Amino acid sequence: MSAVVSAAGCLAANDWICGEYVRSRAQELTDATVQHVWITVVSVLIGLAVAFPLALLVRARPRLAGPVLGLTTVLYAIPSLAMFSLLLPLFGLSAALVVTGLVLYSLTILVRNILAGLAAVPQEAREAARGMGYGPGRLLWEVELPLALPAVMAGVRMATVSTVALTTVGALVDYGGLGTLITTGLKSFFKAQVLTASVLCVLLAVAADLLLLALQRLLTPWTRPARTPGARIRGAG
Amino acid sequence: MGAVGDAWTWLTTGANWQGESGVWHRLAEHLWFSGVCLAVSCLIALPLALWLGHIGRGGSLAVNISNIGRAVPTLAVLVLLTLTPLGRQGGLPTIIALVLFAVPPLLTNAYVGMREVDRSVVEAARGMGMSGGQLFLRVELPLAYPMVMTGLRSATVQVIATATLAAMAGEGGLGRIITAGFNRNDTAQVVAGALVVGALALLAEGLLVVAGRAFDPMRATREH
Repeated sequence: MSAVVSAAGCLAANDWICGEYVRSRAQELTDATVQHVWITVVSVLIGLAVAFPLALLVRARPRLAGPVLGLTTVLYAIPSLAMFSLLLPLFGLSAALVVTGLVLYSLTILVRNILAGLAAVPQEAREAARGMGYGPGRLLWEVELPLALPAVMAGVRMATVSTVALTTVGALVDYGGLGTLITTGLKSFFKAQVLTASVLCVLLAVAADLLLLALQRLLTPWTRPARTPGARIRGAG
Repeated sequence: MGAVGDAWTWLTTGANWQGESGVWHRLAEHLWFSGVCLAVSCLIALPLALWLGHIGRGGSLAVNISNIGRAVPTLAVLVLLTLTPLGRQGGLPTIIALVLFAVPPLLTNAYVGMREVDRSVVEAARGMGMSGGQLFLRVELPLAYPMVMTGLRSATVQVIATATLAAMAGEGGLGRIITAGFNRNDTAQVVAGALVVGALALLAEGLLVVAGRAFDPMRATREH
């Protein structure tokens, strides 16, 4: 690392915390963060697009619940390192490989939470909507999904936070966002790079979680515990 | 079926099991990391969660710890620890990183299990004059036991799977078989490594199911 040798101060001393590093490698850090964000966002969105039909299928055909939930659980137990290695012959060294692996991992949480959310919709709400002449499609979109939203969003938050963390393993194929900085930092023993990338990764996960929480509050104003002094908000499981 | 067939050939080749980078040696390293990590994690998480569950406080703490645990990438912790002086102590970074990873699910499950014990049962036990200790040992712990064991099983499977990441920080374990296969473009070896890890996880889960039943304090009364 020529930069380590030439730059003065904390870079030369290989300190853990180094403003000089952040300044001189701002572009590299931004690129890695942008890659991390888009890989995460694309993975969760595709995960949702796959999980929704799966959950609806399982709900319509309860006999499929065992196989579908079992399969997604088995996928979750595959070590990320093995998952990314096994996808290599199919995708080569590409971002599609990382996204595919992350989508497969997100399915476990997403399918389960969507199912739980739909199952928790009060039967009376369904009956009332049917009585008002709602067809199955409109019932799903206008009644069931809004009522299932808190559980679905809880799943999306969990899946997003896990995906931000798991994206780092994509460093194996050089598409790990900040994870790539972490592993290259290990090879060159570059402490500031490893710490900065790790901290950014955690901040990214926290920011994503808070953003989704705000979105959830915005979408489900009726769940807000408004004007109930003394009411305690219980931590969800 | 070509990839699995090739992996089978790889696994049945005796030479792949011998030596420093052979399966036996990597398996021993993997078992060592995972075993020590799980033992330490249980010693940290279970007493704390059971106590918090017993006194009925710290629910948000348990949930928050598990959320933070999910947000911190194990790979980042592993690499950070490898760069500290601890990195020279053999498998220590791996074990610490895995403990940080395993504590949240253990903690949350044990806590939730304790809190989900039927309040009317607890009240009845109190009414019968049980002390706090008796209540804990004879009522809460036996009723929370299945949930605690569920947490232990999922933590075990996840630790065995995640211990492969040690390879990315240059440490040992079965992950090295996968990364070595990856680097040599040897799909058979990658699949073989993944199969060994998967088999180990399934075996550990099976053993825990059997052990869980054998040690179930309510074995006689619980219906399976």
